[in-house]
Amino acid sequence: MSKYNISAMSKLEEKPRVFLEEFRVKNAPNDYGFADEKWSFKKFTKKFRIIIVRMNDFEMEFDLIGIQPAFANAFRRLMLSEVPSMAIEKVAIRNNTSIIQDEVLAHRLGLIPLKADPRLFEYRAKDSTEGTEFDTLEFSLKVKCTNNKTQIKDSYRPEDLYENHCVYSSQIKWHPIGNQASVHKEIDVGPVHGDILISKMRPGHELDLHLVAVKGIGSDHAKFSPVATASYRLLPEIILTREVTGSDAKLLQTCFSPGVIDIDSNGRAFVKDARYDVCSRNVYKYDEIKDAVVLSRIRDHFIFTVESVGAMSPDVIFSEAVKILRDKCKCLLEELNTL
Amino acid sequence: MGELNMKNKEWESTKGLREPIKAIEDKWKLVPSFLQVKGLVKQHIDSFNYFINVEIKKIVQANEKVFCDADPLFYIKYLNAYVGTPDLEEGFNVTKPTTPHECRLRDMTYSAPITVDIEYIRGNQRVIKNKQLIGRMPLMLRSSNCVLTNKSDFELAQLNECPHDPGGYFIIRGQEKVILIQEQLSRNRMIVDEFKGAIQCQVTSSTHEKKTRTNVIVKNGKYVLRHNALSDDIPIAVAFKAMGICSDQEIMQLIGSDDNTVKKMAPCIMDCHNLKIFTQNQALAYIGSKLKVKRFQTVNSKCRTPVDEARDLLATTILAHVTVENYNFYVKAIYLAIMVKRVIEAESNKAAIDDPDYYGNKRLELAGSLLSLMFEDLFKRFNWELKSIAEKIIPKVKAAPFDVVKHMRPDLIANGLFAAISTGNWTIKRFKMERHGVTQVLSRLSYISALGMMTRVNSQFEKTRKVSGPRSLQPSQWGMLCPSDTPEGEGCGLVKNLALMTHITTECSEDPIARLACNAGVEDVRLLGGEEINHPAVYIVFLNGNILGVSRQYKRLIRVFRMFRRRGLISAFVSIYPNHNQRTVYICSDGGRLCRPYIIVEKGCPLVQQIHINELNRGIRKFQDFLTDGLIEYLDVNEENDSHIATVEAEIDPYVTTHLEIEPFTILGVCAGLVPYPHHNQSPRNTYQCAMGKQAMGTIGYNQKNRIDTLMYNLVYPQCPMVKTKTIELTNFDKLPAGQNATVAVMSYSGYDIEDALILNQASIDRGYGRCLVYKSAKTTMKRYSNQTSDRICGPSRDASTGKVIRAHDLLDADGIAAPGEMVENRQVLINKQMPIATLTPVPQGQPQQVEYKEVPITYKGAVESYIEKVMVSSNSEDALLIKILLRQTRVPEIGDKFSSRHGQKGVTGLIVQQEDMPFNDRGICPDMIMNPHGFPSRMTVGKTIELLAGKAGLMEGKFHYGTAFGGSKVTDVCKELEKHGYNYHGKDIFYSGLTGELLEAYIYSGPVYYQKLKHMVQDKMHARARGPRAVLTRQPTEGRSRDGGLRLGEMERDCLIGYGASMLLMERLMLASDAFSADICGACGRLASRAWCHACRSSAAVSTVDMPYACKLLFQELASMNIVPKLTLKKYS
Repeated sequence: MSKYNISAMSKLEEKPRVFLEEFRVKNAPNDYGFADEKWSFKKFTKKFRIIIVRMNDFEMEFDLIGIQPAFANAFRRLMLSEVPSMAIEKVAIRNNTSIIQDEVLAHRLGLIPLKADPRLFEYRAKDSTEGTEFDTLEFSLKVKCTNNKTQIKDSYRPEDLYENHCVYSSQIKWHPIGNQASVHKEIDVGPVHGDILISKMRPGHELDLHLVAVKGIGSDHAKFSPVATASYRLLPEIILTREVTGSDAKLLQTCFSPGVIDIDSNGRAFVKDARYDVCSRNVYKYDEIKDAVVLSRIRDHFIFTVESVGAMSPDVIFSEAVKILRDKCKCLLEELNTL
Repeated sequence: MGELNMKNKEWESTKGLREPIKAIEDKWKLVPSFLQVKGLVKQHIDSFNYFINVEIKKIVQANEKVFCDADPLFYIKYLNAYVGTPDLEEGFNVTKPTTPHECRLRDMTYSAPITVDIEYIRGNQRVIKNKQLIGRMPLMLRSSNCVLTNKSDFELAQLNECPHDPGGYFIIRGQEKVILIQEQLSRNRMIVDEFKGAIQCQVTSSTHEKKTRTNVIVKNGKYVLRHNALSDDIPIAVAFKAMGICSDQEIMQLIGSDDNTVKKMAPCIMDCHNLKIFTQNQALAYIGSKLKVKRFQTVNSKCRTPVDEARDLLATTILAHVTVENYNFYVKAIYLAIMVKRVIEAESNKAAIDDPDYYGNKRLELAGSLLSLMFEDLFKRFNWELKSIAEKIIPKVKAAPFDVVKHMRPDLIANGLFAAISTGNWTIKRFKMERHGVTQVLSRLSYISALGMMTRVNSQFEKTRKVSGPRSLQPSQWGMLCPSDTPEGEGCGLVKNLALMTHITTECSEDPIARLACNAGVEDVRLLGGEEINHPAVYIVFLNGNILGVSRQYKRLIRVFRMFRRRGLISAFVSIYPNHNQRTVYICSDGGRLCRPYIIVEKGCPLVQQIHINELNRGIRKFQDFLTDGLIEYLDVNEENDSHIATVEAEIDPYVTTHLEIEPFTILGVCAGLVPYPHHNQSPRNTYQCAMGKQAMGTIGYNQKNRIDTLMYNLVYPQCPMVKTKTIELTNFDKLPAGQNATVAVMSYSGYDIEDALILNQASIDRGYGRCLVYKSAKTTMKRYSNQTSDRICGPSRDASTGKVIRAHDLLDADGIAAPGEMVENRQVLINKQMPIATLTPVPQGQPQQVEYKEVPITYKGAVESYIEKVMVSSNSEDALLIKILLRQTRVPEIGDKFSSRHGQKGVTGLIVQQEDMPFNDRGICPDMIMNPHGFPSRMTVGKTIELLAGKAGLMEGKFHYGTAFGGSKVTDVCKELEKHGYNYHGKDIFYSGLTGELLEAYIYSGPVYYQKLKHMVQDKMHARARGPRAVLTRQPTEGRSRDGGLRLGEMERDCLIGYGASMLLMERLMLASDAFSADICGACGRLASRAWCHACRSSAAVSTVDMPYACKLLFQELASMNIVPKLTLKKYS
């Protein structure tokens, strides 16, 4: 510990940290990890905080502070693989004369994110052959490529020569079954993005497909995952152990992400905001300033980033994940009680 | 290196000689320019073009007249020969132009007619007939007569051909065949070697008529001439006397009159005196007595004396390539003298022994020269057949005069050529040549494997022999043959591959060269005596192994020749080089020499300047212009050895350097060129990658969807590698890639990654990583039989009771052929074909309905179902109906599938992990693949680590980095780029465990690496069996996966069980689980009894049943059939 003999030591004691050394990640010397810590609900409620940093329909960044990594990780894992979403699962191919093979075409269609809110649907029973209006969405894709009749003279661009030479996800048409038309609006079930290229075609090529979307979870197939990715990182912390000035300060600044280190009017470097540092640890490359910094990360401060695929907003996905964890816990407790 | 540069600079400044030579920017652009002219398989195409346009005419001219013994007036004279354009024969004398793709699909041969203009005698008239068909020539794709030459990409697409397909192969009966480049020792050259301790000088002479080998060897301290046509060795002095050099002094003057030579020759001369041979006639008589007795004496030879025969032999067979006119042997005697001189020299100076592995002594035979040998043989046979027909028919009196044209059958030459190419057996009777495996089926596993095959060089050495000499890398292979690309195992070092810029010469005419040499001061040797020839100031000049003359100013001669060549006044591929030890100058214009272009350096300055390259960039200068302007020239291996070649500009020494390398990465071949940073890898790793690149699946050509191959592997989403090389761009690998960029984390995970196993991310697989398509085809023809019956296809059969189509026939359409798009399961019928039971006995007339048929359906075999991609119905060359069905499978990576990076690091999938279990980094990136770091220390594939780094930096910049050999993006630059984008400069990132969610203690090296999916997949290999089929003869389980065979408990396993003493287990495994059989044995006589009755004892009293292996019973019966009676002694088991 003598290595980090710094004035900010007192601050260091408060938060659990992991130190990013030059060649490895190291826990603080008398920190034996969360496994040894006693869980106290009181302490937890006092410390635990959620701060939403930014959010829009597709992406959200929020902080989870004062929680064990097992929980944070559980949420991450649940969002990736157990929060359900709708995706095209079955493709009935009535006609496919394009150059894309049937299986590949079906695979591509499966990966198209759908807007349909999975909370409004049920899982389809394993042995059911016919879908119902509660568990199935049906679409069709019927495209035929033809020569463009109103040809622009001397143009050899395919978009001028042919009609429908590119098949996009926007061409997928929804066919409501049962009462679906009154429950859902067309705009709420179709593909999230209309510009996903499915296939390229030439005159004579034709697609006539019947698509069936069902509800599923990410651990079954990645297409059911509601997030592009959901992950977290620990809050970085940079502490300067000595004064760094002049050219060294400039150098120090370049070693971190922009905005992390600032230089004051005296030419002295100071840590402005370590949050958005990417922890590249490039300071260790320079012997002259290597000793001036201690890089660490706060072990119980998780900065989550959830990127939704589009069906649900990221906050919903997170709360769904929490619900799943809750249900799992309940389930476990019930099981234990029956013992 | 830095130090060296410093020194150089110091030296320069002190001497003040010159400015340091600036490196020419973009000099490498000469390489694509070169390849644009020549293409990647130029050697094959050039050679074939030379054959069909020039050599075939020469061959026909050399055999232009056919006479007939029956009629002295009769003759046929060939005036000219042509090879036409590719067509197909459709019916009698009706042809239609064809395309290679049609031939591939319809199992036809891509060939063109060979026509000749002839003049012959019909009756008493002289008739000239033009365009007479005499055979068909298989055409090489993209050769001068092929429909694909000089076509634009659009036109090629219309012909269903891939614009990147290199051509250079043949299509015989629908199969793509390559004639491999054959390497052999050069002919008509003296080669001094040591054979069993004795020095010998060997010459393999080869002319159009003959191929013979002549040796001068040391035997008991004397020099003798050895030849196959002679039963005994001839003392060298006798040979000289037989050639008309009768005086001993003359002999000595020819060989050399220095003391050493005289001393060594003295016993030989004495020998000759002892034999009492003093005149030419005596010598010829002596040789005549040593002739091998001919088995078949022709009419001519009977009336000839041994002296005549010996003289003839000397003139035409011994050293056949030295032509003798009017029995004037003088030139041949000089040649022989030089051979003796070489032997004498080598005896005292071991350095004078030639290295047979030296590449200057090698010649490469290509498709053209091999085909010309085959064609000449067939043409001679064709003429001989015409002659014998003429001899048979002319004496008969006929109404119409004998017209030889009616007897010209084109089948002989056509089928001969087709059969040779399709089997690869090259049998040439007149040279007693019999070679196997000359051709191979073009491997279409990936684009690179096809390309790699076109550059392959096969050597004539036996593969089983354990010799190191011919296998090891020869310094003279530098730049000509790829140092990395060779197979492992038996073919190691014997099968080689051409480097990127290698060109193989085709023959060019000798006459103008000989004339030029004379003008440049070469004196004819026939006018000179031995003393003058051997004068120390004089260099002997050879042209293609023949003595041309002597020159007193050899330097001037060489300078003049090179100047003429650079001016383009003689062929660019003529090479001239001196040998100072032998005091000779060699001029070569023969075919099959390896050569490669170099930039000429004069007075320490490369002639190619920046302006030239700028002009090249602007497209106003082509590679040919560099040649014609004398800026670049081709050097063959021998001339290369006489030059000082600098690899980079900095190495140029103004006093000695003569040439500059165009670009160092061209020393590698096509396959090794795929490896990024190969100069950072341990050398065998590059060799491994060369072998594995050929097994990688990806794309094989733009026309892959139109092909119906028996087996084809495609990747669903192939990618261009993040780290490219110049070679990748030159070979168009970036347009026809075979692999995907996987984000790799180098760490250990779960223990399922030991022994090079890889961990894959399930989500990556779900999103399409490593997904591949496997195409297989089923094929059948409807044959017609001699008894007017033929095969037929029937519609689906129906179940008699229910009336439903039976399951096996579910897929069939009404026409009896499975429909496209259907799913095919194991044992389902694809084509419901039936065949008549009797195909030979003629069907009784009037009742054709009564033909009986048996079912021979084409069924699908395979545990995993396939889909029918397409069905082709056509007819083949025999006009039979041809049906091909293309079947498709889409395969997703599974545990056990093989992957490999481009650094010879292969591994199988050990575990597929859910995305949430994978480690992730600060940016939320999960790797696609985890690789164990233990793969690095022992393999030393530093190139792979650099590829990862450069790939990662490239992703950030949005550009491709280059890992070109001996160049490419520098690690420091790449690291700086990474740093710029906020990544660690080491390429190591902070990762969190996906399982615990905590930080991993180590920083993980991660980034994109190009991974190839190899064709070895578990689905094709997995096999297990409980019960199953048995072999008929032995009743033991069958062998092999394809026959659903058993798993053998082998000898070693058996030994273990014996050692352990597990006798009951042994009994069960070896007998009960295999071929247990209850045999009846007669206890009285000990012989096998049949059905509890002993035939020998005529009783059943002592017969008891014994369990034994069926193989044992079989052995007893087999022995009995050979009159050996094995007897068993039975005892009561207590």
